[in-house]
Amino acid sequence: MAAGFLQRERIVAPPGWSRWLVPPAALSIHLAIGQAYAWSVFKLPLASTMLEGNPAAGTLTALPFTLGIVMLGVSAAVFGTAVDRNGPRWAMFIATICFSTGFLVSALGVAIGQYWMVILGYGVIGGIGLGIGYISPVSTLIKWFPDRPGMATGLAIMGFGGGALIASPWSASMLRGFGATGDDPQASGVATAFLVHGLVYAVFMSVGWLLVRVPAEGWAPAGWHPTEAKTGSLITTAQVSANNALRTPQFWLLWVVLTFNVTAGIGILERASPIFQDYFPDAGTQIAAAAAGFVAILSLANMSGRFIWSSTSDLVGRKNIYRVYLGVGALLYLLITLMGNANQTLFLIASMLIISFYGGGFATVPAYLRDLFGTYQVGAIHGRLLTAWSTAGVLGPVIVNAIADAQIAAGVEGPGRYTLAFWIMIGLLVVGFICNELIRPVDERYHEPADSVATRTTGAKAA
Amino acid sequence: MSTNAESTGARSGPPAVAWLAWVWVVVPFLYGLYQLVAKIPALFGG
Repeated sequence: MAAGFLQRERIVAPPGWSRWLVPPAALSIHLAIGQAYAWSVFKLPLASTMLEGNPAAGTLTALPFTLGIVMLGVSAAVFGTAVDRNGPRWAMFIATICFSTGFLVSALGVAIGQYWMVILGYGVIGGIGLGIGYISPVSTLIKWFPDRPGMATGLAIMGFGGGALIASPWSASMLRGFGATGDDPQASGVATAFLVHGLVYAVFMSVGWLLVRVPAEGWAPAGWHPTEAKTGSLITTAQVSANNALRTPQFWLLWVVLTFNVTAGIGILERASPIFQDYFPDAGTQIAAAAAGFVAILSLANMSGRFIWSSTSDLVGRKNIYRVYLGVGALLYLLITLMGNANQTLFLIASMLIISFYGGGFATVPAYLRDLFGTYQVGAIHGRLLTAWSTAGVLGPVIVNAIADAQIAAGVEGPGRYTLAFWIMIGLLVVGFICNELIRPVDERYHEPADSVATRTTGAKAA
Repeated sequence: MSTNAESTGARSGPPAVAWLAWVWVVVPFLYGLYQLVAKIPALFGG
């Protein structure tokens, strides 16, 4: 394979090429790497086979996922500039290699009884694939859909949520079929499952890097002109580099906005099943199934919120949609805090909306960055902003779990276990709301000279 | 379906490839969605 095959210049779309091929290319990457959130199905099979009898099995089986998410944030931040420079085919190809290799190394590790290889494979190598894969289609989608950037990135990032929906039942049935679960679980079954995952995801993701194209210089959707993009005070037609973006208050205000929006969502999401069982213990013998249904309905809200709210932001503006995520989100948290378990329907609606705002926050942020910093290095800027995700991934569960555990230890029953944690979430959302209000257009001194970004902003000159 | 060519009235892309690409991602997505939705009735005592 010639090195040039992966470069941006080789994938400039010819006239007549349909931009509607880019979303499935992006989805083939995001639906695959979204598997990360289904890692838990491997925990019990690993703990009951190669880690059987190990007192630290619980921690050890969580380590590949935790490390993978940390590596997601780190690699997105570190490799973001390379992704923008080399283009989406290179990024999707590297993501495919890393993500698949992660599974294959893990398979070998299980087969020869070396658990450190599972941690290295899935956690480190696969985690790099997660980070590069997550940001790989974002700037390309924004350039193909300058008229609907929120919808385009929302669709791809919805795919990340959808990846776990596919992987969770698929992986579980595979583990059963290969004898990795049941009365006599076999490590070879886990190894085979990892091997099949690596191979299938390699094929599935390949459609992404084979299909993706960048628009030719000067391309615009029919009937749309670049000046139309400047419809709001925050939307710029200038370009800001990733390094300069870090020097702006806008980047850090948005970092706080994303951190607190994700923290508020992840607080419920991460402990959804126990929260439901504490709120509605009267569900009787079916409470576990009902709680699983609650988790499922939140997953659906999370996924659909990514597409619906991000698409809505194209109509109402990015700042306004974040006002909804943060302001209405705070009011909904207030509602479930004050109402307790008095009304299950209202509790469900409020929870679903909060989680849909959490998903919407993820999906809308690339378009918000495009509005503020232009398309020049939006992938790299997005990569750096994702450190907010890593921060919130620690902050949210720590707040909710630490407080709930303390309340349980103090003998508190029912919704009262979460009252303090939810008040903290309300406070964080209010702070996020204020930060969003403080976001103004980026000062001109951070803009790049127009001639230095002409090629990058439109993909490349035709090869 | 919008490209340079659209504005000049030329062909707007390869529909067969586009359909195949969408089927490639939508079919597994629908499988996952079905598996998810099947759990929801339990929430309402089903």
